[in-house]
Order: sequence, then C-alpha cells, then structure tokens
Amino acid sequence: MGSLKPADAHATDEGFFVTQLDWLVNWGRKNSMWPMPLGLSCCGIELMAMIGPKFDIARFGAEAARFSPRQCDVMIVAGTLTWKMAEAARLIYDQMPDPKWVVAMGVCSSSGGMYDSYSVVQGIDMILPVDVYVPGCPPRPDAVIDALMKLQKKIERERPFQLLLQGDVVGEYDQGTKRFLRAPNHAVPTTRSHEVLPPEGNPRSKA
Amino acid sequence: MSTGRSGTLSESMFEYEPGVVDRDDPLHGELMELNMGPQHPATHGVLRIKVLLDGETMVKVEPVVGYLHRGKEKTCESLGWRKFFVHTDRLDYLQPLMNNIAYAAAMEKLAGIQIPERGQTIRVLLMELSRIMAHLIYLGTTSIDLGAVTMFFFTFSERERIYTLLDAYTGHRMNNTYVRIGGVYADVEPDVERDIRAWLEQFPKKIDEFESMLTGNRIWYDRNRNIGTLTAEQCKAWCLTGPNLRASGVEWDLRKKQPYSGYEHYDFEVPIGEIGDCYDRYAVRIEEMRQSVRICVQALERLAKSRGGEFLADDRRYVLPPKDLVNTSMEELIHQFKIVTDMALPQGEAYHAVESSKGELGFYVVSDGTSHPVRCHIRAPGLVNVQAIPLLAEGRLFSDMVSIIGSLDFVMGEVDR
Amino acid sequence: MSATAPERAGAPATSGSSGTAARVAAALAGVPHTLVHPADGMVSLEIETAAVNEVMSRLRDRAGFDSNTFVTAVDRFPDEPRFIVLWQFLSTTHNDRVRVQTRVPGDAPHVPTITHLWIGTAYFERECYDMFGIRFDGHAGLKRLLMPDGYEHHPLRKDFPHQGIEPDRLYREWDNRRRERSPLRTESQT
Repeated sequence: MGSLKPADAHATDEGFFVTQLDWLVNWGRKNSMWPMPLGLSCCGIELMAMIGPKFDIARFGAEAARFSPRQCDVMIVAGTLTWKMAEAARLIYDQMPDPKWVVAMGVCSSSGGMYDSYSVVQGIDMILPVDVYVPGCPPRPDAVIDALMKLQKKIERERPFQLLLQGDVVGEYDQGTKRFLRAPNHAVPTTRSHEVLPPEGNPRSKA
Repeated sequence: MSTGRSGTLSESMFEYEPGVVDRDDPLHGELMELNMGPQHPATHGVLRIKVLLDGETMVKVEPVVGYLHRGKEKTCESLGWRKFFVHTDRLDYLQPLMNNIAYAAAMEKLAGIQIPERGQTIRVLLMELSRIMAHLIYLGTTSIDLGAVTMFFFTFSERERIYTLLDAYTGHRMNNTYVRIGGVYADVEPDVERDIRAWLEQFPKKIDEFESMLTGNRIWYDRNRNIGTLTAEQCKAWCLTGPNLRASGVEWDLRKKQPYSGYEHYDFEVPIGEIGDCYDRYAVRIEEMRQSVRICVQALERLAKSRGGEFLADDRRYVLPPKDLVNTSMEELIHQFKIVTDMALPQGEAYHAVESSKGELGFYVVSDGTSHPVRCHIRAPGLVNVQAIPLLAEGRLFSDMVSIIGSLDFVMGEVDR
Repeated sequence: MSATAPERAGAPATSGSSGTAARVAAALAGVPHTLVHPADGMVSLEIETAAVNEVMSRLRDRAGFDSNTFVTAVDRFPDEPRFIVLWQFLSTTHNDRVRVQTRVPGDAPHVPTITHLWIGTAYFERECYDMFGIRFDGHAGLKRLLMPDGYEHHPLRKDFPHQGIEPDRLYREWDNRRRERSPLRTESQT
C-alpha cells in the first residue's frame, strides 16, 4: 500500500476548476470500470461467480464484461499465468485503450502462488503494471469486490486534467531500458512497475 | 502467438494441400486462417484452436494446449505425497473434491489402507456434489456460449447454494482440499446434513426448470442435434470415457463396473445415449445430475445411520492422530511428527481411477519407499476430450465449433496440469 | 519398481484376476513377455521395445482391449536403462485393465508409436515426448504439447530443476522484439 499516498501530497496550485474537472472525470471512470476478465484458471470461476447473480459487480458499474480488450478498462487477471500464455496476456494488455488498470486476482497472478515451477510467471507484475493485488486461492468474490472498491479509491486520486495541462500525456519513458517508469494515467507509480523486467532479465533464469 | 518465433500470423499456420478447395468455383476463394484463443469467452479456459476456414466450413482444426501447464507432475515429485493434495484441487477446478479423492484413493491402493464406512459415505456424498457442480458449469457455460444467457445465471445461482453448503462443511467455497489419506478431514455435522438435505429436496425442481428451458427448445435442438456425432468405435479409438462415451451408447461407468468407495451399495442408474451427438451428451449430463441427487439422498441416509462412526482410518503411518492425543501421548506425538515431515508410501506402483464428470480421472503413482514420489502421472479425461475436437469439427460450419467445445466438456486445469 | 520379482510368462499369475492374465497370456502366445506384480494387482507385463507394435496389436485384436488409458514414462535416472515407458489399456467388453512397460535407454530414447492402433494416443505420446524427450517412431506430428514450441528442455526428467532453466527466455525474446518494433506508439507500455 506504499504507493497510495494521501491526496494532498500531490496538491498543486492548479486551481479549483481543474480539480473539479479531475473529480468529474474520475467519478465517471470509477463508476463504469468495465472489466476484461482474463480468466485463466480457478480464480476465473470465482470471477464468473462475481459476475453472477449473488455477488453482482453490475451494481458497481462493472456490468459490461466484454471479452474484447478494446472495449475494457480493467483487466482482471484471474488465475495462473504461464510463460506460454504471457505473450497473449501482454498483447491483451497492450490492446486496451487508456485509461486502464490491472487487478491481480488470486495469489497465482500476484506472486506465482503455490506454483514455484518451471512454467509459471511468478507474479504478473513481472510483465504488467498492477494496481491492486487480491490474495486468496481463490479469493472470495467479496474480496475481489473489495479490490474493485479500492481501485475506485485509487482512481479518485488521479489527476487527468492536471497532467494534461502539464503536457504529460505519455508518462515517463526511459530511453535506456525502453520502458515506461510511470504509466500515463497514473498519478503515482504502481508498486512494481518500475522494477518490471530488470535489464539483466529474470534473476531466476540462472539455472 | 504462443511461440517466440512468429509473433505475427503472416506466415501460414498450416501446411495444407492446395487441392483441397475447388479454385474454379467462384464462390470459393482462399482459405482463411482463424485463431480462436487462447483468450476467448467460448473456449472454456485457455485453449487455442487454429482453424482453417473455407468460408464458414472448417477445413482443418488444430487445438493448441499448454497455456495453463503449471508443472503439477513435477511439483508432486518435489513436494511429496502429503503436500500435493492442495495441488490436486486445482486440476479440474470445477470439482475439487473429486480430484482430491482420486489422488487419495490411488495412494490408499498403493499403501493398502481401508477406509471406514462412514468415511466412504462422506466421500461419495462429496463426489456426487462435485459432479453436480461440474455439470452445472457445463450447462451454464455451454448455454451462454450458444446464446441462452439466462441459463448461466440460473446454474450459477444453484452453484452458489452448493458453495454455501461446502463453505459450511469444509470452510472454503472451492478448492477445499478436504480429503486426507484414510478418509476426510472432519465429520459431517448434523446441521450440515440438514442443510444439504434441504437443498437436495429443491434441486430436482431446478433441473426440471433447466430442462423446460432447453430440452424442448427449438433453437437448442437445432444447434445440438446431429452435430458432433461420435460412434462407439470412434469413442474407443479416441480413448474417450465418461459422458462422451456413454452418449454414444456404450455402457461404461466406473461407478458400476469397477466400483470404489462403496458405490456398489448405492441404487442408481447410468444414463446411456443413442447416437452420440451434442444433444445426447447434454441429455446424459442432465440425467446424471438427477441420479447424483439420488445417490446423495442415499448417502445422507447412510450418514444418519452411522453417526458417531469413524471417518478416518486408524493407520498411524499415514493418518494424523487426533489433536488431544498428540498433546498428551508421546507415541502419538512421534506419529504426528513423522507423518508431517516424512510420510512415506511403500515401494511399488498403483493406478486408481474414479468416474469424474469429464470421464476417467486416474492417478498412476510410483513410489520407491520415500516421502517423495518417483512419478505421479495424472490421467486427465479433459486431454482426451480436447483431442477429439478436430474429429468432430472438421467439415462442419464454424458456428458448430462452440456447440462441440461445450459438449465435449473439458477444463484446462486438468488438460494442461 | 515391482513389489516382487518378475516371473516368467506361463507360470500361474498370482496377482490380478486369473481371467485377465489367462486371456493376455493366450493373446501374447509366442511373444516374449515378463509378468510383474504391482501393488494394485493389475496384470502388468514387461516387454521388449521392438515388440511394442506386435504386443499392442495383439492386445487390441485378440485380447479385446479396446481403449488406451494412458501412455507415460518414468525417469529412473541414474539407473540405466533410464526410462520406463508405460502403457495402460482398458477393455470395456471384459471390464479389466492391463499395463505394459518397456525400458528405454537414456541416449536418444525412442519407442514405436501406437497411434495407428488407437488414434487417441496421439496426445499422450506428444506429452511424453515433451516431458521426457522420448521420440515415438511413426507418430505423424510429434511436437511439444504443453511447453511452448522452441523450448529446449524436457521438464519431467530427474536432472531438470523444479524451478526450471530460463523459463522466461522465449517470452523475453518476443518482448524485446515487440519493444523494438514500437517503443512509443499509442499503446501505453510499462
């Protein structure tokens, strides 16, 4: 939770009007987060249960669980990501238009889970920036709804108009490692995104 | 897309004979390569299917699996016998307890352990509840893939009720890992029995409701009848088991033919289909749900009669002693220590199969007398079901692919392990 | 591997149903095979690798085993011959099973395929190749099943570490190519 600093830490003198526009845009975004369910394994079933009648994320505006990434805001990676699947997951993330967020549902996507094996990505934050991690194997649908609510609070802290006025639309890009250090739509960097893909590669690559 | 080699689809995915299409016919042009998956709503998990299309007709179909390969068999060799229980839940994650029981039964066969009668009855109850859960997902997801969206909500609502029952009994909704060598972890309390009985009383009416929506439905019939037909010989040549085999008319159910866990004492029927198309497979699974309810009711009656009985075998080489004895008796403490750190199975090999909702789920275990297996092979029915996709799909229209995938019913967790 | 010492074919079977053992022995008359006695009591045979085709076709045609349950292998590293390749068959008509095994040396291991007898063994053999490196001669389309194409190791071998050897290499190569192609396009990348 270290990346969630209180809102006034980023207070600027941009003025009342811009902050109200920021609030409006954030209100619209957080109440209509359409999930992209990347249901890979068992967490995918709990994800389906969450979309189902009892836990109903439609009440939070997350009704349209479109399977096309071009139409989604939140990518919920539910299940174990393997290295074979990693390319597909990365392509799907890249196809999502901004603003976009990622929820790592379950311990397999947060950290590799119980699979410390030769084919499992040890946490999707090795290849994607993550906003919210939800532990559990699988997490109850209530826990994932809590995660979406935390994501809503995170979105409230964003400053889309302020960044626009500052001319900052692409975030910070490091020419050396060819990586973004801060995604454009985020006010604060996500937890491990600047550590993603260290230049020397996966430290576990040495056999 | 799966390989490091070609990130684009510009090179052909297939090698096909040029003469497969009549080039003089103005309606036929080039063949189109379509990639379905690995992320796709209708592939029931991370399955990739490469399809070569001539218009709407599938000329060549090639499934690609392995997108959920987590190295379970290697993990079993690294973790050891006891710790692998947790991983067996995640094989066919729609029916976690069934996988637990299959694994435990293989180890019990190797070690020669007998399960007490109450333990067997609880296992039967859990297996049939798991079968119902898995068939409900089959029904819900296949229906929503074919457009009948309401069925998804109906079946998931029933699944939530089973989840509540399992939550009360085992402590978690799914991936319960509630089975141990020698029986189950803890006894079924009378109030859980009462709740399960109440749910079982109202569930057959729900199955009637599902059938009223689908069985006589013209659209469901047109999308499933005479599609994906399998003859009995084809089923055996393709090594299919389970509802896919039974829908083709072969009377083969391990619960009847090679009974385990006390199934020979239960009174139930095994539905057999006629022509082995998608509709027959649907009908077989619906009827299996009804028969599972029947078995569960009988299991509950047996449980009511055997209250207070043992649910765990008494073999201190494999079964943890009760905690109060561990805290007071030195010998039990040593047993506890030995089992938790270093539980070894005797040298040898064994295979045990159960009739899971997808087919024959078997574990082949090889031990050299230590706490870590030499080999633990998981015979997953889902892998065989995926293999049959090209057989059923080639030559058909592309929209039948969804019916075929749904009716073959596989789960990538066990296909890829 | 086996609970007791193997006994020559022709001696009365002490494990498994005598009906199964008799039927298998009758079907395999003339083909050398050895009975082993596993803990689960299944009729289990050990054969020569070269006899695979003959034994399996006789089991299917004469003994009535109409379905193949699995094809797998066991790595007995560092014992030689290194691999034990196992097949298990099921007879729905007689309601019994039989297991067949053969030992294969670790250098360029290969066994004949049985896909011409049961086409459903294609995936089992591909998985065996993927996990152990055992080639199945005559298999049309023997390529990896579970690991990505281009992966160089065989994971279930005993000398392969559990955490893998460069598990992310193929992904990294793809990722670097992708980044070189489009460093600053409209896709936001981190």
